[in-house]
Amino acid sequence: MNARIPPSSDDAKGNTRPARLRVSGVSKQYPGCLANDDVSLDVRAGEILALLGENGAGKSTLIKVIYGLVAPDSGMIEIDGKARAITSPAAARAAGIGVVFQHFSLFESLTVAENIALGLDDAARRRDLPRRIRDIGERYGLVIDPDRVVADLSVGEQQRVEIVRVLLQDPSILIFDEPTSVLTPQAILGLFETLNQLRREGRAVIFISHKLEEIRTLCDRATVLRGGRVVGTVPVAGASVNDLARMMIGQEMPALGAGSAGQGGPVQLAAHNLSLEPANPHGTALDRLEMRARGGEILGIAGIAGNGQEELLAALSGERLTRTAGAVTLAGQAVGRLGPGARRKLGLGFVPGERLGRGAVPPMSLAENGFLTAHWRVPLTWRWVISTRKRNAFADRVIDEFRVATRSQSTAAQALSGGNLQRFIVGREILSDPRALVVAYPTWGVDVAAVAAIHAALVALRDKGAAVVVMSEDLDELLSLSDCVAVLYRGQLSAPIPRDQCTRENLGLLMSGAAPLDTARTPAQGDVDAA
Amino acid sequence: MIDSALMIAILVSAMRTATPLILAALGELVVEKAGCVNLGVEGMMLVGAVTGFAVGLTTGNFALAFMVGALAGAGFSLIYGVLVLVFQVNQYAAGLALTILGGGASAFWGQTWQGRNMRGLQPVELPVLSELPVIGVMFTRLDVVVYMALAATVIVGLILTRTRVGLILRAVGENHDSAHALGFSVVKVRFAAIAFGGAFAGMGGAYLSCVMTPLWIEGMTAGRGWIAVALVVFATWKPARLVLGAWLFGLVSVMQIHGQGLGLAVPSHVLAMLPYLVTILVLVLISRDATRIRLNAPGCLGKPFRPTA
Repeated sequence: MNARIPPSSDDAKGNTRPARLRVSGVSKQYPGCLANDDVSLDVRAGEILALLGENGAGKSTLIKVIYGLVAPDSGMIEIDGKARAITSPAAARAAGIGVVFQHFSLFESLTVAENIALGLDDAARRRDLPRRIRDIGERYGLVIDPDRVVADLSVGEQQRVEIVRVLLQDPSILIFDEPTSVLTPQAILGLFETLNQLRREGRAVIFISHKLEEIRTLCDRATVLRGGRVVGTVPVAGASVNDLARMMIGQEMPALGAGSAGQGGPVQLAAHNLSLEPANPHGTALDRLEMRARGGEILGIAGIAGNGQEELLAALSGERLTRTAGAVTLAGQAVGRLGPGARRKLGLGFVPGERLGRGAVPPMSLAENGFLTAHWRVPLTWRWVISTRKRNAFADRVIDEFRVATRSQSTAAQALSGGNLQRFIVGREILSDPRALVVAYPTWGVDVAAVAAIHAALVALRDKGAAVVVMSEDLDELLSLSDCVAVLYRGQLSAPIPRDQCTRENLGLLMSGAAPLDTARTPAQGDVDAA
Repeated sequence: MIDSALMIAILVSAMRTATPLILAALGELVVEKAGCVNLGVEGMMLVGAVTGFAVGLTTGNFALAFMVGALAGAGFSLIYGVLVLVFQVNQYAAGLALTILGGGASAFWGQTWQGRNMRGLQPVELPVLSELPVIGVMFTRLDVVVYMALAATVIVGLILTRTRVGLILRAVGENHDSAHALGFSVVKVRFAAIAFGGAFAGMGGAYLSCVMTPLWIEGMTAGRGWIAVALVVFATWKPARLVLGAWLFGLVSVMQIHGQGLGLAVPSHVLAMLPYLVTILVLVLISRDATRIRLNAPGCLGKPFRPTA
């Protein structure tokens, strides 16, 4: 894993050779936001440079500038010491730059080979593509069938397609934008092998992440961004996790997760023999799923995206009704045939994954958004008429107690940053005093301070006796927050595993299907995913 | 027992009725594969019909008439293109505007030719096929555009699935943000697709006014543009099914006319509704399979493209 190549002799003699890629003085002003402010960095051949920063620190903008997707207001890009004008992605690829984006730019209805052919400008490289895809796959441990349709691939496999697509251009500079955020622990190890192989071949790699442990295992140097500026560039070998965290967020790392264990009470939210067809053709059907969330406990649901998460959330929230009422129960009452409003009235809170468009109506004010979900349980009306005073007071309470940074309750939801809007949405659900709260991806794209605040709020709700169900793709988050973790795989949910028996390794095996799932009722299927 | 002469007559009429639909729907299919819904097909057909008729009548040259009809349709469709791609107007509203504008403009331009008729494009005799027993006679009664429309379907199908141009077009329709990130010009691809759609709708219109009923009457498309739009969905964005759908519409249209001639005890208005009714019914039956529709439907259909830069 840690097979580092020794620094080249040029470096030892004071770095006489120009860096493979040097970015200097890049600034980019967006309306109301200086995304990059005089940013400079360099990466050498045979090196992995970490680009570290919180969400909104300007990492993505910088990558878009380097890849020619965004024109900077000022700044220069040099490759091997020569200034290059990179005005389009095609120019960037011609200059030897390849990017594996965080959000895949794959076309779901096309095959792997078709997707890859689209990214190749050079007709000669497109010839004999399936064989070349297999060759690259063998060389870098990225096995993939060129004829499969992308929609049928797992997220990890889709990432392999992205990487193969980039590698087929034989780039000398590779940029990976948060590549580990969607992978299982085992898949992360595989990715690291690939990255080490790239380093051994003398390519320059930029690895973007906010996970400090990963950077410590993999990278040679780290350039830290905060608020659009470079805070500093340090060798990783000498820096501790705390040093890096302090540079990244400008303060000590706040405590995340739950400090104490919960007291398990009666079951508040349960699914029994829950089967549900997927709503879209690429979804996964729920297959006689069993789930029990006790009051006073946080139940974490782990799993790789596309194993039935969407369907389970829809069945729990009431967005989709189950065939029998008893498939979902809330405090012992069968609610499977009740819609979301009726369930909220009975004490179910729900924080969906998409904040804008599902968790909140983007152009409506915070007060209106607060009213929409809270009025089922909090008296905010006078007869049938909305009481503006009560509605605003409720929103003000949420803003106050959950320290939402906003001008007032009349600000539109879409004007808030991700972290602030999430604080508001979680706060609004908690102040509705739910018996059970289902939270999907609570800290996705949220800054560390807000993560700490949201975790603390969920723990406080748990301690009041409510059942909290947290669905997340971030295993670290689940392991620090949950009292027990259940794994969702191919539409089935494992029996809850107490936190002290969970490790990243055993959860990873269950998530990838490499270990059989121990569900409460059905014998687990022995089929093993190719991942 | 229907005698073979009648059967051939019905088939020939059905093929001819289907041809303008195939042309217009094939154009719309390409537009939708690129991610745009152009509801202006009816308007573009009318513009193609009136210009095609004008040129056909004055020059007697049908190749020129079809070319001008196609150019007029393409030029007219660019109004939609500019509205949708440059000013990011809602696609449905822009398409409806195009239909209304096309109806008005063609009526205005066509005043000179209103009610005049000409000798339309004549059928050709296909060398080998026309010697077949029984059905051979069919291949002496069809005009060259019928065959060209079928050839165009095959060619468009091959381009979409087998060539890089087609792959880029599908990619743009499937996920315009990804296509943009890869460095393809979403706007240029869509402009080209829209112009192609306009040209084919224009040719469909020209077929109506130069071949099927060689005269110009205001509003002579009579909703065929809408059927073309519906056919694209009915065919789940597949060219071969589109042809089958158009033939079905053509066949029912012709049979209901014969039904009226035979004096069936059904009001003629009800019979006249049949082709539309049958097409809609089949459409609904097919659309029940939501999974298939979603698998084939372009992912970004009808969504506005705003480059993030």
